Amino acid sequence: MIARRFVPLLATFSLLVVMFIIGGFQFEGFASFQVVTNLLTDNAFLLVVALGMTLVILSGGIDLSVGAVVALSGVLCAVLISEYQWPPLLVFPLVLVIGTLFGTLMGSLIYFYKLQPFIVTLAGMFFARGLATTISEESVGIEHPLYYAVADSGIALPGNAWLPSYAIIVLAVLAGLFLLTHYSRFGGYVYAIGGNSQSAALMGVPIARSTIGIYAMSSFLAAFAGILYTFYTFSGYALTGIGMELDAIAAVVIGGTLLTGGSGYILGTLLGVMLMGIIHTYIIFEGSLNSWWARIAIGLLLFVFIALQKVLNRSSQRG
Amino acid sequence: MNTETSHSFAERLLKSRYIWPLAALLLMLIFNLLLDASFLDIHFDNGRFYGNPIDILHRSAPVALLAIGMTVVIATGGIDLSVGAVMAIAGAVCANLLVATDVSLFTVLVAGIASGLLCGLINGALVSYMGIQPIIATLLLMVTGRGIAQLLNDGQIVTFQHAGFSWLGSGTLLGIPVTIWLVLLVFIISQLMLRRTALGLFVEAVGCNSSASRYLGINDRTVKLMAYLLTGFCAALAGIISAADINGSDANNVGLWLELDAILAVVLGGAALSGGRFSIPLSLLGVLIIQTLNTTIMVSGMPSKLNLLIKALAVVLVLLLQSDIFRKQISGLAGKWRHS
Repeated sequence: MIARRFVPLLATFSLLVVMFIIGGFQFEGFASFQVVTNLLTDNAFLLVVALGMTLVILSGGIDLSVGAVVALSGVLCAVLISEYQWPPLLVFPLVLVIGTLFGTLMGSLIYFYKLQPFIVTLAGMFFARGLATTISEESVGIEHPLYYAVADSGIALPGNAWLPSYAIIVLAVLAGLFLLTHYSRFGGYVYAIGGNSQSAALMGVPIARSTIGIYAMSSFLAAFAGILYTFYTFSGYALTGIGMELDAIAAVVIGGTLLTGGSGYILGTLLGVMLMGIIHTYIIFEGSLNSWWARIAIGLLLFVFIALQKVLNRSSQRG
Repeated sequence: MNTETSHSFAERLLKSRYIWPLAALLLMLIFNLLLDASFLDIHFDNGRFYGNPIDILHRSAPVALLAIGMTVVIATGGIDLSVGAVMAIAGAVCANLLVATDVSLFTVLVAGIASGLLCGLINGALVSYMGIQPIIATLLLMVTGRGIAQLLNDGQIVTFQHAGFSWLGSGTLLGIPVTIWLVLLVFIISQLMLRRTALGLFVEAVGCNSSASRYLGINDRTVKLMAYLLTGFCAALAGIISAADINGSDANNVGLWLELDAILAVVLGGAALSGGRFSIPLSLLGVLIIQTLNTTIMVSGMPSKLNLLIKALAVVLVLLLQSDIFRKQISGLAGKWRHS
């Protein structure tokens, strides 16, 4: 008998396998190692953002600002590197610090003034997007030897596949978040706050530090994803990542994390991102389907998983 | 005696929920008048009125409609993030029917409104009968809605020529844009229904504590469902006037970010996001503040990209002013300052 909390995770995994098999039978070259590595590289920034979102949702909150933070961090990188000729190795830490401070500020507003996370992060989304457009309305290209060096490096895998270096970085982030969430004290705090923040406070969980830390972490990861995005596109643009917060939330939910907080898995989010990626890949392979079918499919999938959560929750309360 | 009454009048004025939004609006108008003394001038030409005030009212019509619905949904303790997408759907439905020649205007409008009501029904059912959090339930339609509108339009911008339909978006009645009349009509009807019947009390009761209101015999699920039907209706109407204004349906861009403007308007109007007390007139005042801000930024020659930044700061400021903790801190600081 499988534990009830693993059911959504298992459903996502089966769906992923089924999609892969269907695609493999239908199209030549779908079921290849290259498609798998491409799934990872094409969705790298979404995965990083979704990992941060997993923490936030686990704690019972929501962060709508992530897409805008991705754009802001990308624009900052591009402008500082291309127009001010700063060395990238100086720019990246700076951007990450700015991102973290931004999250810290939002977390502080949420904790100290008991404001609702969604409205605070909505304002944060306005602010970051506005700041990004104020810095540069046009897309800014990046020409720097480091970017070419990173783009060219990677590991050759068996089966003619190629794992670019930034996919490796993403895997490292995944491993880090996995350890942080499931094997660290901070991770335990996140689950405790999401389960019941009053009981958590009574048990001695430092609510202030943890809440602020969660939003700081989410913005840090979004800023990190923004840097990754500049490696993917060789540019920074203020309008990147519109709707990315929705994709990230969808990935987290499809990955089996409860929207009410307190239950979920980091690796589930990986599965969720992969499943959304494979839907996009399938639609590209299919060719005749329009890309907006992907949004409809993801919306329906999201609905099915939310309904599944409800049903499982209800039966576990009765049982 | 005299001083006492004036004191109490001043106190009442300061305590009135209208004072801060009104002050903000007046401040902005004064700023504009200083920049351009003819800012508030209205002149009559060719059978219609022209001028900045009319322009502000006309441009704010879609957000005003959204804000009316949003006020009620927020009062029930919910939120509707899908209104922008619903605008796109209603616009697409109308545009496609208008392109098919042999459909009467009445049918087109009914179909447009019906599509909005259907969206509202879906949102309402998800929230009240399935018990899904409102942010997530309406997020579903926000994600899929634009996809559905794109599908209806086959990925194109569908344009049409129909004098009667366009009149709704850019025509005038008695010299005043039709859009303003529509907003007034929806405002008066909803205000009458919510303030002259018990409906408004039901909405506030459900927003304050939905399980307590159920024990009192209020059907909280139906009240919530009605609120989402209202936002669906308002969003569809907003979508119709937006489509009529540009004589086409642009599923990608119509109503983009307007859900945020509508929420901001409600917050500026002083409604608590946690539900309960609400006021449609105050929300409309919020809409006017936002639109005046947009116009101010445009007229004063500031780059329009500052718009988002200013709005973000405005939201945070208003939220802080609403927060008891912040108020206590401020009065504490003021007290210290007075003692030293």
